[in-house]
Amino acid sequence: MKADWNTFWVKVVDATGETVYMVLVTLALSAVLGTAVGLALYATRKGGLLRSRAVFAVLSALVNVIRPVPFIIAIVALSPVTRGVVGTMIGTEAAIFPMTVVATFGVARIVESNLLSVEPGVIEAARSMGAGPLRVLLTVLVPEALGPLVLGFTFMLVALIDFSAVAGTVGGGGVGNLAMTYGYLRFDTSVMVVTVAVLVLLVQLAQLLGNFLARKVLRR
Amino acid sequence: MIELRDVTKVFPAAKKGSGAAAPAVDGVSLTVERGSVFGVVGHSGAGKSTLLRLVNYLETPTSGTVLVDGQDLGALGERRRREVRRSIGMVFQQFNLFRSRTVLGNVAYPLRLSGLGRAEARERAGEALRFVGLDAHARRYPEQLSGGQRQRVGIARALATEPGVLLCDEATSALDPRTTGEVLDLLRRVHGELGVTIVLITHEMEVVRSLCDHVAVMAAGKVVESGGVHDVFSRPAHPVTETFVRSALHDVPDAATLDRLRARHPGRLVTVPVGGGEDLSRLFREHDVDFTIAHAGVTEVQDRTLGGVTFALRGAERDVAAVLARLTAGEEVVAR
Repeated sequence: MKADWNTFWVKVVDATGETVYMVLVTLALSAVLGTAVGLALYATRKGGLLRSRAVFAVLSALVNVIRPVPFIIAIVALSPVTRGVVGTMIGTEAAIFPMTVVATFGVARIVESNLLSVEPGVIEAARSMGAGPLRVLLTVLVPEALGPLVLGFTFMLVALIDFSAVAGTVGGGGVGNLAMTYGYLRFDTSVMVVTVAVLVLLVQLAQLLGNFLARKVLRR
Repeated sequence: MIELRDVTKVFPAAKKGSGAAAPAVDGVSLTVERGSVFGVVGHSGAGKSTLLRLVNYLETPTSGTVLVDGQDLGALGERRRREVRRSIGMVFQQFNLFRSRTVLGNVAYPLRLSGLGRAEARERAGEALRFVGLDAHARRYPEQLSGGQRQRVGIARALATEPGVLLCDEATSALDPRTTGEVLDLLRRVHGELGVTIVLITHEMEVVRSLCDHVAVMAAGKVVESGGVHDVFSRPAHPVTETFVRSALHDVPDAATLDRLRARHPGRLVTVPVGGGEDLSRLFREHDVDFTIAHAGVTEVQDRTLGGVTFALRGAERDVAAVLARLTAGEEVVAR
């Protein structure tokens, strides 16, 4: 049975809404958590503002373990944890948990590498004015790296749209779920085309927004 | 005001097992009096940058004591040390302005750090910008300014909290000669009008000559010579000092110039310092020696004239030798 587009478009709108919801909630959570981890990675490294070999080793190991795992494997591998935290393994909320875990460590690396690109001279200048490590991190490093950070977050946002579609295929809801259950399992080409179009559109919007914000921050 | 006692800084070796690195600063003791302009000069790698960073404890000394206003910085906690840093301004060779902040925002930053409210910080920052003549550029961003303007913003930022000391890390080395002059003029005003004690490091003896009253010469982590600028310029004792002094005075022709002079002047060449007090015309007349002036270099150092005049002497060999003997009896003569 093929989709009847007179009524099916409601499903598409709902699914798009779910996708946007998943992506934005995940972005918000992973931005906060990932920035914290990224700042900690930056600050605790050798020669950093708050050097701590132990903290750096633990965080770095976590990042290196979680980052290389393909997302589809991560969802499955994390599913017992997901059930423990969220209470269920299917649906939008259940998708947000593994997405947030994986995105947090992605954001952490983005934040860390962008902070490392800030000139050491400005850090020294702030220190010479009597700024403490936390002050330097939050009032010098983050603002100085904001342009590339915005672009990094945009990259993450696009990756999250991708993640959400993958999550959809394993019961996460959203556009991915729609493409899987109607487009793939029922061989309905029209649904496949529409869902792909929706995903492309979302990615375009995300990229445009990110580029716009980065231009504003960088004054270019 | 600032006193270093036998301060040594050794950076840990980059790789384990590569042995102990040579100390960047090696047993330096020096005193900077309140109200003076103290220059530290040395070639790159001599340890002057590290020395400057020991003064405000951006670098922690491996051994030795750093006293600022009688306070031993090593005995203070990090929190108290930050407060001391607020009373010591610092400017940098590469300016190190915050790109994400406007000119006004840059200058207001240290004021905000010291706990001022936003409005008051901006007002005081405006005053500091007026002092360096850049209040019209307050809303611009650093990348919209020229190098000299950026350094003036850096100076305004360093002075915003009205510190008693200003540390200058090669403040003019990234600037062209004209802009260097402007920045040096500004630093002279900082010293003269605001009474700020200045410690500057540089590899240009010309900066020391035109600005400083005291100088320390560094080589391989050690202070090899120090004293009043005029004394050091007129009687450099260490070979490194000698090289630096010659680079600013040009009182003695260098080797290449000397070759050129020899080709043109057949007689003996002798360089005599200006203001030596010897009546040269009588000396030459007595021994029946003729002369022409082959070379001269004269500079003002601390409102006194320093320099040398090189004469080409002509006459009977015995007479010229007699003149030379008389001249070299005074120790400051360079005879060739």
